[in-house]
Amino acid sequence: MATQSSRATARLMVAPSVVLLFIWMIVPLAMTIWFSFRIYRLLSPERSGWAGVRNYTWFFNSPDFWLGISNTLLLVGGVLAITIVFGVLIAMLIDQPVWGQGPLRILVISPFFVMPPVAASIWENLFMHPQNGLLAAAARGLGEQPILFLESYPMASVIFIVSWEWLPFATLILLTALQSLSSEQLEAAEMDGASALSRFRYITLPHMTRAITVVILIQTIFLLGIFGEIFTTTQGGPGSASTTLPYMIYKQALIAKDIGRAAAGGIIAVVLANIVAFFLMRSMGKHLDA
Amino acid sequence: MARSVSTRRKLFFTVAAWSVALLIFFPVLWTILTSFKTEASAVASPPELLGADWTLQNYSDVWARSDYPRFFLNSVIISIGSTVLGLLIAIPAAWSMAFVPGNKTKDLLMWMLSTKMMPAAAVLIPMYLIFQKTGLFDTRTGLVLALMLMNLPVIIWMLYTYFKEIPGEILEAARMDGASLKNEVLYILTPMAIPGIASTMLLNIILAWNEAFWTITLTTINAAPLSAFIASFSAPQGLFYAKLSAASTMAIAPILIMGWFGQKQLVRGLTFGAVK
Repeated sequence: MATQSSRATARLMVAPSVVLLFIWMIVPLAMTIWFSFRIYRLLSPERSGWAGVRNYTWFFNSPDFWLGISNTLLLVGGVLAITIVFGVLIAMLIDQPVWGQGPLRILVISPFFVMPPVAASIWENLFMHPQNGLLAAAARGLGEQPILFLESYPMASVIFIVSWEWLPFATLILLTALQSLSSEQLEAAEMDGASALSRFRYITLPHMTRAITVVILIQTIFLLGIFGEIFTTTQGGPGSASTTLPYMIYKQALIAKDIGRAAAGGIIAVVLANIVAFFLMRSMGKHLDA
Repeated sequence: MARSVSTRRKLFFTVAAWSVALLIFFPVLWTILTSFKTEASAVASPPELLGADWTLQNYSDVWARSDYPRFFLNSVIISIGSTVLGLLIAIPAAWSMAFVPGNKTKDLLMWMLSTKMMPAAAVLIPMYLIFQKTGLFDTRTGLVLALMLMNLPVIIWMLYTYFKEIPGEILEAARMDGASLKNEVLYILTPMAIPGIASTMLLNIILAWNEAFWTITLTTINAAPLSAFIASFSAPQGLFYAKLSAASTMAIAPILIMGWFGQKQLVRGLTFGAVK
Protein backbone atom coordinates (compact mmCIF):
# COMPACT_ATOMS: atom_id res chain seq x y z
CA MET A 1 0.00 0.00 0.00
CA ALA A 2 2.57 2.54 1.09
CA THR A 3 5.07 3.53 -1.53
CA GLN A 4 8.81 3.76 -1.09
CA SER A 5 8.70 7.53 -0.86
CA SER A 6 5.84 7.61 1.63
CA ARG A 7 7.80 5.24 3.86
CA ALA A 8 10.77 7.55 3.72
CA THR A 9 8.56 10.52 4.56
CA ALA A 10 7.02 8.58 7.41
CA ARG A 11 10.45 7.89 8.87
CA LEU A 12 11.30 11.54 8.53
CA MET A 13 8.18 12.43 10.50
CA VAL A 14 9.05 10.12 13.39
CA ALA A 15 12.66 11.23 13.43
CA PRO A 16 12.33 14.45 15.49
CA SER A 17 10.50 12.66 18.30
CA VAL A 18 12.93 9.76 18.34
CA VAL A 19 16.03 11.97 18.22
CA LEU A 20 14.74 14.34 20.93
CA LEU A 21 13.66 11.53 23.25
CA PHE A 22 16.92 9.71 22.66
CA ILE A 23 18.96 12.79 23.62
CA TRP A 24 16.63 13.48 26.56
CA MET A 25 17.24 9.95 27.79
CA ILE A 26 20.86 9.24 26.87
CA VAL A 27 22.66 12.45 27.91
CA PRO A 28 21.52 12.46 31.56
CA LEU A 29 21.88 8.68 31.70
CA ALA A 30 25.45 8.78 30.39
CA MET A 31 26.33 11.58 32.80
CA THR A 32 24.77 9.65 35.67
CA ILE A 33 26.74 6.51 34.80
CA TRP A 34 29.95 8.60 34.58
CA PHE A 35 29.33 10.31 37.96
CA SER A 36 28.44 7.02 39.59
CA PHE A 37 32.04 5.83 39.20
CA ARG A 38 33.57 9.13 40.30
CA ILE A 39 34.34 10.70 43.64
CA TYR A 40 32.25 13.86 43.41
CA ARG A 41 31.33 15.69 46.60
CA LEU A 42 30.16 19.26 46.52
CA LEU A 43 31.29 19.76 50.12
CA SER A 44 34.87 18.66 49.44
CA PRO A 45 35.58 19.60 45.83
CA GLU A 46 39.34 19.10 46.22
CA ARG A 47 38.83 15.33 46.39
CA SER A 48 38.11 13.89 43.00
CA GLY A 49 39.05 10.91 40.86
CA TRP A 50 37.76 7.44 40.24
CA ALA A 51 35.71 5.77 42.92
CA GLY A 52 35.52 2.37 41.28
CA VAL A 53 32.37 0.68 42.48
CA ARG A 54 32.54 2.21 45.95
CA ASN A 55 29.51 4.44 45.36
CA TYR A 56 27.52 1.33 44.51
CA THR A 57 28.80 -0.71 47.45
CA TRP A 58 27.97 2.19 49.76
CA PHE A 59 24.37 1.97 48.58
CA PHE A 60 24.18 -1.80 48.86
CA ASN A 61 25.68 -1.73 52.36
CA SER A 62 23.55 1.15 53.58
CA PRO A 63 21.12 -0.03 56.26
CA ASP A 64 18.35 1.88 54.48
CA PHE A 65 18.91 0.34 51.08
CA TRP A 66 16.74 -2.76 51.26
CA LEU A 67 14.17 -0.82 53.25
CA GLY A 68 14.18 1.83 50.52
CA ILE A 69 13.69 -0.80 47.80
CA SER A 70 10.93 -2.60 49.68
CA ASN A 71 9.21 0.71 50.52
CA THR A 72 9.34 1.69 46.85
CA LEU A 73 7.75 -1.61 45.82
CA LEU A 74 5.29 -1.43 48.72
CA LEU A 75 4.20 2.04 47.60
CA VAL A 76 3.69 0.92 43.99
CA GLY A 77 1.96 -2.33 44.98
CA GLY A 78 -0.15 -0.76 47.72
CA VAL A 79 -1.42 2.09 45.58
CA LEU A 80 -2.12 -0.25 42.65
CA ALA A 81 -4.08 -2.64 44.89
CA ILE A 82 -6.15 0.10 46.52
CA THR A 83 -6.89 2.06 43.35
CA ILE A 84 -7.84 -1.02 41.34
CA VAL A 85 -10.04 -2.67 44.00
CA PHE A 86 -11.82 0.57 44.91
CA GLY A 87 -11.74 1.73 41.31
CA VAL A 88 -13.65 -1.39 40.24
CA LEU A 89 -16.17 -1.03 43.09
CA ILE A 90 -16.77 2.69 42.54
CA ALA A 91 -16.95 2.29 38.76
CA MET A 92 -19.59 -0.44 39.20
CA LEU A 93 -21.53 1.81 41.58
CA ILE A 94 -21.48 4.82 39.25
CA ASP A 95 -22.38 2.60 36.32
CA GLN A 96 -25.74 1.82 37.97
CA PRO A 97 -28.72 3.96 36.98
CA VAL A 98 -28.33 7.02 39.22
CA TRP A 99 -29.51 10.60 39.17
CA GLY A 100 -26.90 13.19 38.28
CA GLN A 101 -24.25 11.01 36.73
CA GLY A 102 -22.50 14.02 35.17
CA PRO A 103 -21.94 15.99 38.41
CA LEU A 104 -21.11 12.69 40.11
CA ARG A 105 -18.28 12.07 37.67
CA ILE A 106 -17.00 15.60 38.17
CA LEU A 107 -16.75 15.06 41.94
CA VAL A 108 -15.00 11.72 41.56
CA ILE A 109 -12.47 13.04 39.04
CA SER A 110 -11.55 16.11 41.15
CA PRO A 111 -8.52 14.73 43.06
CA PHE A 112 -6.82 14.26 39.68
CA PHE A 113 -6.67 18.04 39.25
CA VAL A 114 -4.97 18.65 42.58
CA MET A 115 -1.21 19.03 42.18
CA PRO A 116 0.85 16.62 44.35
CA PRO A 117 2.33 19.24 46.73
CA VAL A 118 -1.16 20.60 47.42
CA ALA A 119 -2.64 17.13 47.90
CA ALA A 120 0.16 16.18 50.29
CA SER A 121 -0.09 19.37 52.34
CA ILE A 122 -3.90 19.24 52.54
CA TRP A 123 -3.76 15.70 53.92
CA GLU A 124 -0.83 16.41 56.19
CA ASN A 125 -2.19 19.60 57.74
CA LEU A 126 -5.95 19.72 57.38
CA PHE A 127 -6.61 16.03 57.98
CA MET A 128 -3.76 14.05 59.53
CA HIS A 129 -2.34 16.71 61.84
CA PRO A 130 -2.43 15.29 65.42
CA GLN A 131 -3.77 18.53 66.97
CA ASN A 132 -5.59 20.53 64.33
CA GLY A 133 -6.43 17.88 61.76
CA LEU A 134 -10.01 16.96 61.06
CA LEU A 135 -9.32 13.27 61.73
CA ALA A 136 -7.91 14.16 65.15
CA ALA A 137 -11.04 16.20 65.89
CA ALA A 138 -13.16 13.23 64.81
CA ALA A 139 -11.19 10.91 67.09
CA ARG A 140 -11.64 13.30 70.04
CA GLY A 141 -15.33 13.53 69.24
CA LEU A 142 -15.55 9.76 69.61
CA GLY A 143 -13.62 9.94 72.87
CA GLU A 144 -10.48 8.35 71.37
CA GLN A 145 -6.87 9.46 71.27
CA PRO A 146 -5.97 11.06 67.92
CA ILE A 147 -3.90 8.73 65.75
CA LEU A 148 -0.42 9.99 64.81
CA PHE A 149 -0.83 8.97 61.19
CA LEU A 150 2.45 10.22 59.75
CA GLU A 151 4.49 9.29 62.82
CA SER A 152 3.06 5.87 63.65
CA TYR A 153 2.02 4.68 60.18
CA PRO A 154 4.12 6.71 57.74
CA MET A 155 4.10 4.29 54.79
CA ALA A 156 0.40 3.51 55.15
CA SER A 157 -0.37 7.24 55.28
CA VAL A 158 1.72 8.01 52.19
CA ILE A 159 0.12 5.08 50.32
CA PHE A 160 -3.29 6.41 51.34
CA ILE A 161 -2.56 9.95 50.11
CA VAL A 162 -1.14 8.76 46.79
CA SER A 163 -4.09 6.37 46.35
CA TRP A 164 -6.50 9.29 46.79
CA GLU A 165 -4.65 11.13 44.02
CA TRP A 166 -4.75 8.18 41.60
CA LEU A 167 -8.18 6.74 42.38
CA PRO A 168 -9.96 9.00 39.84
CA PHE A 169 -7.67 7.82 37.04
CA ALA A 170 -8.32 4.14 37.78
CA THR A 171 -12.04 4.68 38.31
CA LEU A 172 -12.52 6.57 35.05
CA ILE A 173 -10.71 4.03 32.90
CA LEU A 174 -12.55 1.13 34.53
CA LEU A 175 -15.87 2.98 34.22
CA THR A 176 -15.33 3.48 30.50
CA ALA A 177 -14.63 -0.23 30.15
CA LEU A 178 -17.76 -1.13 32.11
CA GLN A 179 -19.96 1.08 29.99
CA SER A 180 -19.05 -0.92 26.91
CA LEU A 181 -20.16 -4.17 28.53
CA SER A 182 -23.43 -5.33 27.05
CA SER A 183 -26.16 -5.63 29.65
CA GLU A 184 -27.80 -8.41 27.61
CA GLN A 185 -24.97 -10.76 28.43
CA LEU A 186 -25.37 -10.05 32.13
CA GLU A 187 -29.15 -10.44 31.95
CA ALA A 188 -28.83 -13.74 30.13
CA ALA A 189 -26.47 -14.99 32.82
CA GLU A 190 -28.89 -13.83 35.48
CA MET A 191 -31.73 -15.75 33.76
CA ASP A 192 -29.58 -18.86 33.77
CA GLY A 193 -29.28 -18.50 37.52
CA ALA A 194 -25.73 -17.20 37.78
CA SER A 195 -25.19 -15.49 41.13
CA ALA A 196 -24.11 -11.84 41.33
CA LEU A 197 -20.65 -12.97 42.39
CA SER A 198 -20.14 -15.39 39.51
CA ARG A 199 -21.55 -12.84 37.03
CA PHE A 200 -18.84 -10.48 38.28
CA ARG A 201 -16.16 -13.18 38.24
CA TYR A 202 -16.86 -14.64 34.81
CA ILE A 203 -18.29 -11.74 32.80
CA THR A 204 -17.52 -8.30 34.28
CA LEU A 205 -13.96 -8.92 35.43
CA PRO A 206 -12.69 -10.57 32.20
CA HIS A 207 -14.23 -7.68 30.26
CA MET A 208 -12.13 -5.21 32.28
CA THR A 209 -8.81 -7.06 31.90
CA ARG A 210 -7.50 -4.68 29.26
CA ALA A 211 -8.53 -1.60 31.23
CA ILE A 212 -6.89 -2.96 34.38
CA THR A 213 -3.72 -3.62 32.38
CA VAL A 214 -3.64 -0.02 31.20
CA VAL A 215 -4.15 1.24 34.75
CA ILE A 216 -1.31 -0.93 36.07
CA LEU A 217 1.07 0.07 33.28
CA ILE A 218 0.51 3.82 33.41
CA GLN A 219 0.34 4.08 37.19
CA THR A 220 3.48 2.00 37.72
CA ILE A 221 5.46 4.36 35.51
CA PHE A 222 4.35 7.35 37.57
CA LEU A 223 4.45 5.64 40.98
CA LEU A 224 8.02 4.32 40.72
CA GLY A 225 9.29 7.90 40.83
CA ILE A 226 7.01 9.21 43.60
CA PHE A 227 8.92 11.78 45.57
CA GLY A 228 6.99 14.97 46.27
CA GLU A 229 4.38 13.40 48.54
CA ILE A 230 7.07 11.89 50.80
CA PHE A 231 9.12 15.09 50.74
CA THR A 232 6.13 17.17 51.83
CA THR A 233 4.72 14.84 54.50
CA THR A 234 7.19 12.52 56.26
CA GLN A 235 10.59 13.55 54.85
CA GLY A 236 11.29 9.83 54.68
CA GLY A 237 10.84 9.43 58.43
CA PRO A 238 10.39 8.90 61.22
CA GLY A 239 13.98 7.65 61.12
CA SER A 240 13.95 6.13 57.69
CA ALA A 241 10.63 4.30 58.00
CA SER A 242 9.14 5.84 54.86
CA THR A 243 12.32 6.30 52.83
CA THR A 244 11.99 5.13 49.24
CA LEU A 245 14.72 4.76 46.64
CA PRO A 246 13.99 8.13 44.94
CA TYR A 247 14.01 9.80 48.36
CA MET A 248 17.36 8.16 49.28
CA ILE A 249 18.83 9.51 46.04
CA TYR A 250 17.45 12.95 46.75
CA LYS A 251 19.01 12.90 50.24
CA GLN A 252 22.42 11.95 48.85
CA ALA A 253 22.25 14.60 46.15
CA LEU A 254 20.86 17.62 47.96
CA ILE A 255 21.48 17.01 51.67
CA ALA A 256 24.73 15.00 51.76
CA LYS A 257 25.73 16.68 48.48
CA ASP A 258 27.47 13.51 47.34
CA ILE A 259 26.83 13.47 43.61
CA GLY A 260 28.75 10.24 43.04
CA ARG A 261 26.60 8.27 45.46
CA ALA A 262 23.40 9.90 44.26
CA ALA A 263 24.32 8.91 40.71
CA ALA A 264 24.99 5.32 41.76
CA GLY A 265 21.57 5.31 43.43
CA GLY A 266 20.08 6.71 40.23
CA ILE A 267 21.53 3.88 38.17
CA ILE A 268 20.19 1.35 40.69
CA ALA A 269 16.77 2.99 40.38
CA VAL A 270 16.93 2.78 36.58
CA VAL A 271 17.82 -0.93 36.81
CA LEU A 272 14.96 -1.53 39.26
CA ALA A 273 12.52 0.30 36.97
CA ASN A 274 13.68 -1.85 34.07
CA ILE A 275 13.23 -5.07 36.03
CA VAL A 276 9.71 -4.01 36.97
CA ALA A 277 9.00 -2.96 33.38
CA PHE A 278 10.29 -6.27 32.05
CA PHE A 279 7.92 -8.29 34.22
CA LEU A 280 5.05 -5.90 33.47
CA MET A 281 5.54 -6.20 29.72
CA ARG A 282 5.93 -9.95 29.89
CA SER A 283 2.81 -10.53 31.90
CA MET A 284 0.68 -7.85 30.28
CA GLY A 285 1.98 -7.33 26.78
CA LYS A 286 -0.53 -9.82 25.40
CA HIS A 287 -3.47 -7.83 26.78
CA LEU A 288 -2.28 -4.65 25.12
CA ASP A 289 -2.23 -5.68 21.46
CA ALA A 290 -4.85 -3.68 19.68
CA MET B 1 -45.07 -2.40 40.50
CA ALA B 2 -41.90 -3.02 38.52
CA ARG B 3 -41.59 0.70 38.10
CA SER B 4 -41.65 1.45 41.82
CA VAL B 5 -39.06 -1.23 42.51
CA SER B 6 -36.75 0.23 39.89
CA THR B 7 -37.26 3.74 41.28
CA ARG B 8 -36.36 2.52 44.75
CA ARG B 9 -33.36 0.75 43.32
CA LYS B 10 -32.31 3.93 41.54
CA LEU B 11 -32.77 5.95 44.71
CA PHE B 12 -30.63 3.50 46.65
CA PHE B 13 -27.80 3.60 44.12
CA THR B 14 -28.05 7.37 43.81
CA VAL B 15 -27.61 7.83 47.54
CA ALA B 16 -24.76 5.31 47.67
CA ALA B 17 -22.93 6.74 44.66
CA TRP B 18 -23.29 10.34 45.82
CA SER B 19 -22.02 9.43 49.29
CA VAL B 20 -18.90 7.85 47.83
CA ALA B 21 -18.36 10.74 45.40
CA LEU B 22 -18.72 13.34 48.15
CA LEU B 23 -16.29 11.39 50.32
CA ILE B 24 -13.70 11.44 47.53
CA PHE B 25 -14.30 15.12 46.85
CA PHE B 26 -14.46 16.11 50.52
CA PRO B 27 -10.74 17.02 51.02
CA VAL B 28 -10.97 19.52 48.15
CA LEU B 29 -14.24 20.92 49.49
CA TRP B 30 -12.87 21.20 53.03
CA THR B 31 -9.81 23.07 51.75
CA ILE B 32 -11.99 25.54 49.88
CA LEU B 33 -14.20 26.05 52.96
CA THR B 34 -11.19 26.49 55.26
CA SER B 35 -9.77 29.12 52.93
CA PHE B 36 -12.75 31.36 53.77
CA LYS B 37 -12.42 31.01 57.55
CA THR B 38 -10.39 33.09 59.99
CA GLU B 39 -7.22 31.39 61.25
CA ALA B 40 -8.80 30.82 64.67
CA SER B 41 -11.93 29.37 63.14
CA ALA B 42 -9.88 27.13 60.81
CA VAL B 43 -8.27 25.23 63.70
CA ALA B 44 -11.25 25.32 66.06
CA SER B 45 -12.09 22.07 67.79
CA PRO B 46 -14.68 20.76 67.24
CA PRO B 47 -14.50 21.91 63.60
CA GLU B 48 -16.77 24.81 62.77
CA LEU B 49 -19.01 24.88 59.77
CA LEU B 50 -22.20 26.88 60.15
CA GLY B 51 -20.94 28.98 63.04
CA ALA B 52 -17.53 29.70 61.49
CA ASP B 53 -16.17 33.22 61.03
CA TRP B 54 -16.19 33.69 57.27
CA THR B 55 -13.70 36.07 55.71
CA LEU B 56 -11.91 36.97 52.49
CA GLN B 57 -8.88 38.16 54.43
CA ASN B 58 -6.78 35.06 53.59
CA TYR B 59 -7.01 35.70 49.89
CA SER B 60 -5.95 39.33 50.20
CA ASP B 61 -3.12 38.28 52.57
CA VAL B 62 -1.83 35.64 50.14
CA TRP B 63 -2.21 38.08 47.27
CA ALA B 64 -0.21 40.72 49.15
CA ARG B 65 2.45 38.31 50.41
CA SER B 66 3.47 36.86 47.07
CA ASP B 67 3.34 37.68 43.43
CA TYR B 68 0.52 35.32 42.48
CA PRO B 69 -0.05 36.75 38.97
CA ARG B 70 3.56 36.00 38.01
CA PHE B 71 3.38 32.38 39.25
CA PHE B 72 0.04 31.99 37.52
CA LEU B 73 1.33 33.40 34.25
CA ASN B 74 4.37 31.10 34.40
CA SER B 75 2.10 28.09 34.94
CA VAL B 76 -0.05 29.08 31.98
CA ILE B 77 2.90 29.68 29.67
CA ILE B 78 4.74 26.52 30.69
CA SER B 79 1.79 24.16 30.52
CA ILE B 80 0.32 25.53 27.29
CA GLY B 81 3.73 26.06 25.68
CA SER B 82 4.98 22.55 26.40
CA THR B 83 1.70 21.04 25.22
CA VAL B 84 1.57 22.94 21.93
CA LEU B 85 5.23 22.28 21.18
CA GLY B 86 4.75 18.63 22.08
CA LEU B 87 1.75 18.34 19.75
CA LEU B 88 3.70 19.88 16.87
CA ILE B 89 6.40 17.25 17.21
CA ALA B 90 4.12 14.35 18.13
CA ILE B 91 1.41 14.70 15.46
CA PRO B 92 3.67 13.81 12.49
CA ALA B 93 5.27 10.98 14.48
CA ALA B 94 1.97 9.48 15.61
CA TRP B 95 0.53 9.93 12.12
CA SER B 96 3.31 8.03 10.42
CA MET B 97 3.32 5.24 13.01
CA ALA B 98 -0.44 4.81 12.75
CA PHE B 99 -0.70 4.87 8.95
CA VAL B 100 2.68 3.65 7.70
CA PRO B 101 3.50 1.13 10.42
CA GLY B 102 6.72 -0.84 10.15
CA ASN B 103 7.49 -4.08 11.92
CA LYS B 104 9.32 -2.10 14.60
CA THR B 105 6.49 0.36 15.35
CA LYS B 106 5.25 -1.46 18.48
CA ASP B 107 8.79 -1.68 19.85
CA LEU B 108 9.35 1.99 19.13
CA LEU B 109 6.19 2.93 21.03
CA MET B 110 7.21 0.79 23.99
CA TRP B 111 10.69 2.32 23.95
CA MET B 112 9.19 5.82 23.99
CA LEU B 113 7.09 4.96 27.01
CA SER B 114 10.11 3.39 28.69
CA THR B 115 11.95 6.73 28.64
CA LYS B 116 9.43 7.80 31.27
CA MET B 117 10.58 5.00 33.54
CA MET B 118 13.74 6.81 34.60
CA PRO B 119 13.00 8.22 38.07
CA ALA B 120 13.36 12.00 38.00
CA ALA B 121 15.41 12.01 41.20
CA ALA B 122 17.96 9.75 39.49
CA VAL B 123 18.89 12.33 36.87
CA LEU B 124 18.39 15.44 38.99
CA ILE B 125 22.08 16.48 39.12
CA PRO B 126 22.84 15.94 35.40
CA MET B 127 19.70 17.87 34.50
CA TYR B 128 20.63 20.65 36.89
CA LEU B 129 24.13 20.87 35.38
CA ILE B 130 22.82 20.78 31.81
CA PHE B 131 20.32 23.51 32.54
CA GLN B 132 22.97 25.65 34.25
CA LYS B 133 25.49 25.21 31.41
CA THR B 134 23.01 25.97 28.63
CA GLY B 135 21.53 28.97 30.36
CA LEU B 136 18.11 27.31 30.50
CA PHE B 137 18.01 27.25 34.29
CA ASP B 138 15.13 29.25 35.73
CA THR B 139 13.81 30.19 32.30
CA ARG B 140 10.36 29.49 30.90
CA THR B 141 11.98 28.16 27.73
CA GLY B 142 13.87 25.58 29.79
CA LEU B 143 10.75 24.36 31.55
CA VAL B 144 8.71 24.31 28.35
CA LEU B 145 11.38 22.05 26.82
CA ALA B 146 11.72 19.83 29.89
CA LEU B 147 7.99 19.28 30.34
CA MET B 148 7.46 18.84 26.61
CA LEU B 149 10.06 16.05 26.52
CA MET B 150 8.72 14.54 29.72
CA ASN B 151 5.20 14.27 28.34
CA LEU B 152 6.09 13.59 24.70
CA PRO B 153 5.75 9.79 25.04
CA VAL B 154 2.27 10.18 26.52
CA ILE B 155 1.24 12.62 23.78
CA ILE B 156 2.49 10.28 21.05
CA TRP B 157 0.76 7.27 22.61
CA MET B 158 -2.56 9.04 22.90
CA LEU B 159 -2.45 10.45 19.37
CA TYR B 160 -1.36 7.07 17.99
CA THR B 161 -4.39 5.34 19.49
CA TYR B 162 -6.72 8.03 18.12
CA PHE B 163 -5.21 7.97 14.66
CA LYS B 164 -5.54 4.19 14.63
CA GLU B 165 -9.31 4.64 14.82
CA ILE B 166 -9.44 6.70 11.63
CA PRO B 167 -10.34 4.39 8.73
CA GLY B 168 -7.46 3.98 6.31
CA GLU B 169 -9.82 3.79 3.28
CA ILE B 170 -10.43 7.50 3.43
CA LEU B 171 -6.73 8.16 3.20
CA GLU B 172 -6.35 5.71 0.34
CA ALA B 173 -9.11 7.46 -1.55
CA ALA B 174 -7.36 10.76 -1.04
CA ARG B 175 -4.13 9.28 -2.32
CA MET B 176 -5.90 7.97 -5.42
CA ASP B 177 -7.07 11.48 -6.07
CA GLY B 178 -3.46 12.57 -5.92
CA ALA B 179 -3.38 14.28 -2.55
CA SER B 180 0.16 14.89 -1.35
CA LEU B 181 1.24 13.74 2.06
CA LYS B 182 1.15 17.28 3.33
CA ASN B 183 -2.40 17.83 2.12
CA GLU B 184 -3.43 14.46 3.45
CA VAL B 185 -2.34 15.46 6.95
CA LEU B 186 -3.61 19.03 6.75
CA TYR B 187 -7.03 18.59 5.13
CA ILE B 188 -8.13 15.04 5.86
CA LEU B 189 -6.43 13.69 8.91
CA THR B 190 -6.36 16.78 11.10
CA PRO B 191 -10.08 17.59 10.96
CA MET B 192 -10.94 13.97 11.76
CA ALA B 193 -8.44 13.91 14.56
CA ILE B 194 -9.48 17.18 16.23
CA PRO B 195 -11.42 15.53 19.08
CA GLY B 196 -8.49 13.24 19.85
CA ILE B 197 -6.03 16.11 19.67
CA ALA B 198 -8.26 18.17 21.99
CA SER B 199 -8.34 15.38 24.60
CA THR B 200 -4.59 14.93 24.34
CA MET B 201 -4.09 18.64 24.75
CA LEU B 202 -6.31 18.85 27.80
CA LEU B 203 -4.67 15.91 29.58
CA ASN B 204 -1.20 17.26 28.90
CA ILE B 205 -2.00 20.75 30.11
CA ILE B 206 -3.16 19.15 33.36
CA LEU B 207 -0.07 16.94 33.63
CA ALA B 208 2.20 19.92 32.98
CA TRP B 209 0.27 22.19 35.36
CA ASN B 210 0.55 19.62 38.16
CA GLU B 211 4.18 18.68 37.55
CA ALA B 212 6.03 19.50 40.73
CA PHE B 213 9.53 18.04 40.53
CA TRP B 214 11.29 19.74 37.64
CA THR B 215 9.26 22.92 38.01
CA ILE B 216 10.57 23.28 41.57
CA THR B 217 14.14 22.02 41.13
CA LEU B 218 14.90 23.83 37.86
CA THR B 219 13.61 27.26 38.87
CA THR B 220 14.28 29.86 41.52
CA ILE B 221 12.30 33.02 40.88
CA ASN B 222 11.85 34.05 37.26
CA ALA B 223 10.22 30.96 35.81
CA ALA B 224 8.69 29.49 38.98
CA PRO B 225 5.09 28.34 38.42
CA LEU B 226 2.30 27.65 40.93
CA SER B 227 3.85 24.39 42.18
CA ALA B 228 6.74 26.50 43.54
CA PHE B 229 4.26 29.09 44.82
CA ILE B 230 2.55 26.45 46.95
CA ALA B 231 5.86 25.01 48.15
CA SER B 232 6.64 28.41 49.69
CA PHE B 233 3.42 28.24 51.70
CA SER B 234 4.08 25.02 53.58
CA ALA B 235 3.57 26.65 56.94
CA PRO B 236 5.27 25.14 59.98
CA GLN B 237 3.05 23.34 62.49
CA GLY B 238 -0.21 24.40 60.96
CA LEU B 239 -0.23 27.98 62.22
CA PHE B 240 -1.60 29.31 58.98
CA TYR B 241 -4.23 26.81 57.97
CA ALA B 242 -6.59 29.30 56.42
CA LYS B 243 -3.84 30.99 54.40
CA LEU B 244 -2.42 27.64 53.33
CA SER B 245 -5.91 26.66 52.19
CA ALA B 246 -6.37 29.93 50.33
CA ALA B 247 -3.02 29.49 48.56
CA SER B 248 -3.90 25.85 47.75
CA THR B 249 -7.27 26.88 46.35
CA MET B 250 -5.61 29.55 44.22
CA ALA B 251 -3.11 27.01 42.88
CA ILE B 252 -5.65 24.35 41.92
CA ALA B 253 -8.72 26.43 41.01
CA PRO B 254 -7.75 27.26 37.40
CA ILE B 255 -7.07 23.65 36.41
CA LEU B 256 -9.99 22.32 38.48
CA ILE B 257 -12.43 24.56 36.63
CA MET B 258 -10.88 23.77 33.27
CA GLY B 259 -10.98 20.06 34.05
CA TRP B 260 -14.63 20.20 35.09
CA PHE B 261 -15.62 21.85 31.85
CA GLY B 262 -13.53 19.53 29.74
CA GLN B 263 -14.22 16.32 31.63
CA LYS B 264 -15.96 14.61 28.68
CA GLN B 265 -12.88 15.10 26.47
CA LEU B 266 -10.66 14.18 29.35
CA VAL B 267 -12.37 10.88 30.03
CA ARG B 268 -11.85 10.01 26.39
CA GLY B 269 -8.26 11.13 26.58
CA LEU B 270 -7.42 9.30 29.76
CA THR B 271 -8.33 5.92 28.40
CA PHE B 272 -5.46 6.00 25.91
CA GLY B 273 -7.92 4.59 23.39
CA ALA B 274 -7.38 1.32 25.18
CA VAL B 275 -10.96 0.91 26.29
CA LYS B 276 -13.76 1.28 23.84
